[in-house]
Amino acid sequence: MQLLKFLRITPVLIAVALLSGCDTVLMSPSGDIASQQRDLILWATFLMLLVIVPVIILTLVFAFRYRAGNNATYKPDWDHSTVLELVIWGAPLMIIIALGAMTWVSTHKLDPYRPLERIDANRPVPEGVEPLVIEVVSLDWKWLFFYPEQNVAVVNELAAPVDRPIRFKITSEGAMNSFFIPALAGQIYSMAGMETKLHAVINEPGVYDGFSANYSGAGFSDMRFKFHGLSEADFDAWISKVKASPNALTRDVYRELEQPSQANPVTYYASADETLYHDILNRCLEPGDVCMDEMMAFTELGLTMCIAGDPRDREAGSEKEVRELLDLTMAGDNARSLNR
Amino acid sequence: MSELDLTKLIFGRLTLESIPYHEPILIITFAMVAVGGLALLGFITYKKAWGYLWHEWFTSIDHKKIGIMYIVLAIIMLLRGFADAIMMRIQQAWAVGDAAGYLPPDHYDQIFTAHGVIMIFFVAMPMITGIMNYVVPLQIGARDVAFPFLNNFSFWMTTSGAVLVMMSLFVGEFAKTGWLAYPPVSGIIKSPGVGVDYYIWALQIAGVGTLLSGVNLLVTIVKMRAPGMSLMRMPVFSWTALCTNVLIVAAFPVLTAVLAMLALDRYLGTAFFTSDLGGNVMMYINLIWIWGHPEVYILILPAFGVFSEIVSTFSRKRLFGYASMVYATVVITVLSYMVWLHHFFTMGSGPTVNSFFGITTMIISIPTGAKVFNWLFTMYRGRIEMEVPMLWTLGFIITFVIGGMTGVLLAVPPADFVLHNSLFLVAHFHNVIIGGVLFGMFAGITYWYPKAFGYKLDPFWGKMSFWFWTIGFYFAFMPLYVLGLMGVTRRMNHFDDPSVQIWFIIAAFGAFLIAIGIASFLIQLVVSYRRRDELRDETGDPWHGRTLEWSTSSPPPYYNFAFTPRVHDMDAWWQMKEHGYKRPEEGFLPIHMPKNTGAGIILAGIATVLGFALIWHMWLLVGVSFLALLAVTIGHTFNYDRDYHIPADEVAETEANRTRMLANHV
Repeated sequence: MQLLKFLRITPVLIAVALLSGCDTVLMSPSGDIASQQRDLILWATFLMLLVIVPVIILTLVFAFRYRAGNNATYKPDWDHSTVLELVIWGAPLMIIIALGAMTWVSTHKLDPYRPLERIDANRPVPEGVEPLVIEVVSLDWKWLFFYPEQNVAVVNELAAPVDRPIRFKITSEGAMNSFFIPALAGQIYSMAGMETKLHAVINEPGVYDGFSANYSGAGFSDMRFKFHGLSEADFDAWISKVKASPNALTRDVYRELEQPSQANPVTYYASADETLYHDILNRCLEPGDVCMDEMMAFTELGLTMCIAGDPRDREAGSEKEVRELLDLTMAGDNARSLNR
Repeated sequence: MSELDLTKLIFGRLTLESIPYHEPILIITFAMVAVGGLALLGFITYKKAWGYLWHEWFTSIDHKKIGIMYIVLAIIMLLRGFADAIMMRIQQAWAVGDAAGYLPPDHYDQIFTAHGVIMIFFVAMPMITGIMNYVVPLQIGARDVAFPFLNNFSFWMTTSGAVLVMMSLFVGEFAKTGWLAYPPVSGIIKSPGVGVDYYIWALQIAGVGTLLSGVNLLVTIVKMRAPGMSLMRMPVFSWTALCTNVLIVAAFPVLTAVLAMLALDRYLGTAFFTSDLGGNVMMYINLIWIWGHPEVYILILPAFGVFSEIVSTFSRKRLFGYASMVYATVVITVLSYMVWLHHFFTMGSGPTVNSFFGITTMIISIPTGAKVFNWLFTMYRGRIEMEVPMLWTLGFIITFVIGGMTGVLLAVPPADFVLHNSLFLVAHFHNVIIGGVLFGMFAGITYWYPKAFGYKLDPFWGKMSFWFWTIGFYFAFMPLYVLGLMGVTRRMNHFDDPSVQIWFIIAAFGAFLIAIGIASFLIQLVVSYRRRDELRDETGDPWHGRTLEWSTSSPPPYYNFAFTPRVHDMDAWWQMKEHGYKRPEEGFLPIHMPKNTGAGIILAGIATVLGFALIWHMWLLVGVSFLALLAVTIGHTFNYDRDYHIPADEVAETEANRTRMLANHV
């Protein structure tokens, strides 16, 4: 009796859940990457339902049909069937092969580090369009965004023109956070001393939620910001608004900002110290600190010396050689992403 | 000056301010715990039960009693962990829009951390260890585990960890880091307080217990099976226990090492996981999940084993596809080490690494799917008795496949990029841990209860518990799937968007249904105890079982088996019954048994003091308790009075009693 009651509730619950799932941000996103991720979720779910639904139905049918009072066929010693065994290992295997192939392809195609090739399903990225670079720093407990192209910085608000690819470069002052705008694209962690990347594009104008998706301490719940998808003209207007601010993000201002604080208001900075992001990323804000990229370059040089021998042993003129080598390594390091 | 130093030396960081008397919720909780605790202590004293408890339980090295104590610990901690869950559900249903709720971040963050830590380490782990402890030796025809004293010591070390976690509620604070304490948040700069230290030492001490119990059960299964029980004739539950303990032995040292490194960072200023000086947080996250992913299989495998036993017993049929069940278990065991990175696809490992780990994760669903089909075809052409354990099994299959599906979905890296850390993820792992592990343990408790206590559990309250748990589960967690799709992240203290509220209210309602489910379970224990004469089982085989544990009396004698049984089939006891097995009634020999000892509880007691002293930097006490620990350990090695023989007469008398009981029954 109770079983029947339960059976009646379950489909209703599932139906309600599915219906209400349709108009959620993940199921109706506004950016091309997030849309592809949505399609992938739907396809994967469909593939798995091919096994899940029969299993649930069979469970209920078997439980009902072979219940003790029913006197259905009873074979107490039947415990093996090669054909059935093949099917029960084979069917999930087939589905996983399909899903695995889908995973391999989509993971490469939707790799957040991969520059975009298209704006949406029908439009490739036009020739000569450079992505908008935004440098993201998670602080305790607010987001700081640098626009190096425009040389402005903003706390807790983000804007980008519609249909222009965006390249986010993401790091953290300390705690690990996760940079996530569900309507735009998937998330990626922000970690101190490291840079992660995210490529995305917003296709519809609007105001979307962005936040940290990785717990980072007391003020984490308020680490939220609005992401504005704007037309080119509106974006320029927004930049002008930021530029009209009386604030400038100098190192001293940053030191102040870096102190833990919660639920920070949106703040605009008309200009920003140009090496600030680099120094936050490489953890060399104070004068005299060795930047991590320099440190790595020296380490690499050390390794080179180990392999090629100590240059001091060589004849005069080798010092120049070492310096060139050093410059080369450093340039190489700067050009490369630090953690890929 | 020197006086001040002395205070520091003795009390370390502990001051009166460390007692959170300004938190009304904690004070009320403390008052309730204190009153309840005093009432319990008073009751024990009034009943003059201290001696009984000490001699018969606390110092017991009988695997059956230790198993029961593990489960008692798990049930007590379940109440604590569930109290945390209800508080979170209320907070999230309340704190929407302008409402701030009733828990400030400082308190709320401790609650979700404690909830996770307690539910995994002090509910699920003791529950599976308890059931394995009780059942495995009986099922393989052994008289005890391989190292009986170690078993007692393991239990008390686990309890010691639980005691430290409980202490953090009233003295100081618990970690505010999430249940895996990722640095840098758990580092000394971001978390200077005692919370993370409570976390570290509670888990380190409990981890000693878990690891040793893993070694113990592993050796027991490998070395102490009854003659004739080859590995491929071993009951499936014992097989899953074997694989779980292999996983424990291989995985827990990683946890110990990673927590030791975190402790070094915090105590000695090393830089394993710091942001500067060459430390790397990614290393911590990798290491903790190299333990953490096998951990979830440590929990689920024994549950799979329980369901395999139950489905075959109550379908009155041999288990379908025994061999493929065993291979599936082994495949899962091996693969569980190759998937850890799926917990952090979003860390930027690159598409090739991510797809590798995504695909290995999906591959695990193949043996798991095979298992589900094996259970289904065991039911097929069976005679299914809808007893309470079977209800749990059916509830499990349906619930678990949904959780499995969302799990595979999360294993697709680009899908994970939008679902990671969301309430969808939270719904997924509760879906498999409640629907899998917890349902399995409730099924197991109901199934083996008559074996342990000699009477069945009252089926009415068992069904109440099942229905409230199951329906409550769907109400509590299906909304979280929806919230996840709405882009709601876990561990949030409050929400701006009013449209999320209705889902949190439904989830909170579900949590209250689960509360009724838990209450029904407790009522079931009381009601069954009062009706024990009606529910009595004198045969020792109330369910017409198939494996060796059902060949003994209920409860079994200390020595389990007067003669070690000989095994000729996978369903050993079933085969014995089919072939008209006659119990031996004479020719008994004295039985060599280990003796009880208080060393386990004393060592664990000192370890608790040591842990507490380390947490509070009470260096004098650290030194004293550490030396005491060494002294007692060495002292125990000089204890030669460790075993005794049960005289043949006593064995004969016990067995004669059983013969009479069986005769009465027929």
